[in-house]
Amino acid sequence: MENTVIVIGGGISGMTASGMLALQGMKVTLLEKEAETGGHVARWDRLFPDRKKAAEVLDFAREGMKNVNVVTGAEVTGISWHDKGFTVTSGIMQPASSVPGPESLIANSGSLINEIAAGESNYTARALVLAMGFDLFEARKKEEYGYGIYNNVITSADLEEKFKSGKDILTSEGKIPARIGFVHCVGSRDEKVGNLYCSKVCCVTGVKQAIEMKEMYPSAEVFNFYMDLRMFDRHFEELYYEAQQKWGVSFIRGRLAECAENPDGTIILKTEDTLTGKPLKMTVDLLVLLSGFVPASGTAKIAGMLGLQRGTDGFVNSADSHSMNNLSGIPGVFLTGALKGPISISEAIADARATALLLADYLKSGKP
Amino acid sequence: MIDFGYTLTKDRQLDYDHGDFRYFRFVKALEPSIDLCIGCGSCSATCSAAQFTDFNIRKLHTVIRRGDIESIKAELRKCMFCGKCQLICPRGVNLRNLILAMNRAIEQLG
Repeated sequence: MENTVIVIGGGISGMTASGMLALQGMKVTLLEKEAETGGHVARWDRLFPDRKKAAEVLDFAREGMKNVNVVTGAEVTGISWHDKGFTVTSGIMQPASSVPGPESLIANSGSLINEIAAGESNYTARALVLAMGFDLFEARKKEEYGYGIYNNVITSADLEEKFKSGKDILTSEGKIPARIGFVHCVGSRDEKVGNLYCSKVCCVTGVKQAIEMKEMYPSAEVFNFYMDLRMFDRHFEELYYEAQQKWGVSFIRGRLAECAENPDGTIILKTEDTLTGKPLKMTVDLLVLLSGFVPASGTAKIAGMLGLQRGTDGFVNSADSHSMNNLSGIPGVFLTGALKGPISISEAIADARATALLLADYLKSGKP
Repeated sequence: MIDFGYTLTKDRQLDYDHGDFRYFRFVKALEPSIDLCIGCGSCSATCSAAQFTDFNIRKLHTVIRRGDIESIKAELRKCMFCGKCQLICPRGVNLRNLILAMNRAIEQLG
């Protein structure tokens, strides 16, 4: 019981934290609601700024998790506190269609109940690490950008999946895209969707993906529509410079106002070129929306179970954003990663290691 | 055409699909650093000509990129080639050569 920890969330944050805790001799159980660990990183091909394979980052994290008890398909349904620590109840979910039951339930399972708890398990530990991460902003909500309506409007996550598949990237008509647009700040810095915050990593993702499209199709024209380019970390500004100098990517300062589909499937964009002060109209073959971060669907639920404070943006507030950013304010409950707001992968790894260090100290001293 | 006493006004919109990019390609071939602009406005803030006229060198090379040449032809003459823009540019854009290249583009392409 002494050195037991439960980590909730098996993305890069939870994986790194659990691995580091196991390395320090703790008995760690990692609960992941999906069928696999890896979270968002598992859906990336190459990472900014150095184009490292995302799979290599995950392999590294998995290497450290050999002594971690990983439970996948485990959705947290309850958390209780007692003098020995915490008991986390998780339902092992399975598709409703696989469970025998009244015919009416089976008949309706597709639309009414997709998953059924196949049984509950309790896990007890002295400390908890919350690593629920984030969800991608649902680009459909920006209806004026046409995602889910126009076939040649995709998200940055869709594009990453296409890169990962290794296939040529074509328009929905099967053509090589001659002109590609990237739209920054989709779901970020936008009161109309309720998100005032910056998602931080979309800018550099847009620059990275613009370069990758030029590598694939050197004669294609690539345009990034931005409000500011927030190249906050080391090598990011250089990547932006490379996109301009080596690849001739054009950056147009102006937020996409709206777009429409032409009969041939191309997309016509309307924005203001704010540096010339004129409205601008342009046809593109493929439009990529750089979707931002929103709090993960499980964050509100789990924060509610523990009575944790969340900001108006929905992300979890730590005890102190400067000096106690891994502490929740509840002794024994630690916070790590993107559940506290948008961060990059390298920041998530550093944060997870810091969490593991503070948690080990807590278990030794009994103090947060 | 019958004169009805009124005309249609051309809209102010930059129509990228029908832009004239010959000038941009010409200028870029002579001065590739045109691609490096980040639109910071250091050049136009320090510009000697801009203190007395509405000359805006920052806007000039953005406009040429957008294929909208007509609006800048008269502008180019306002530059005095003092070179302060080039000294201050954080991206090392060779602005003086850019103005020369733009003048040459207009000479040769009309």
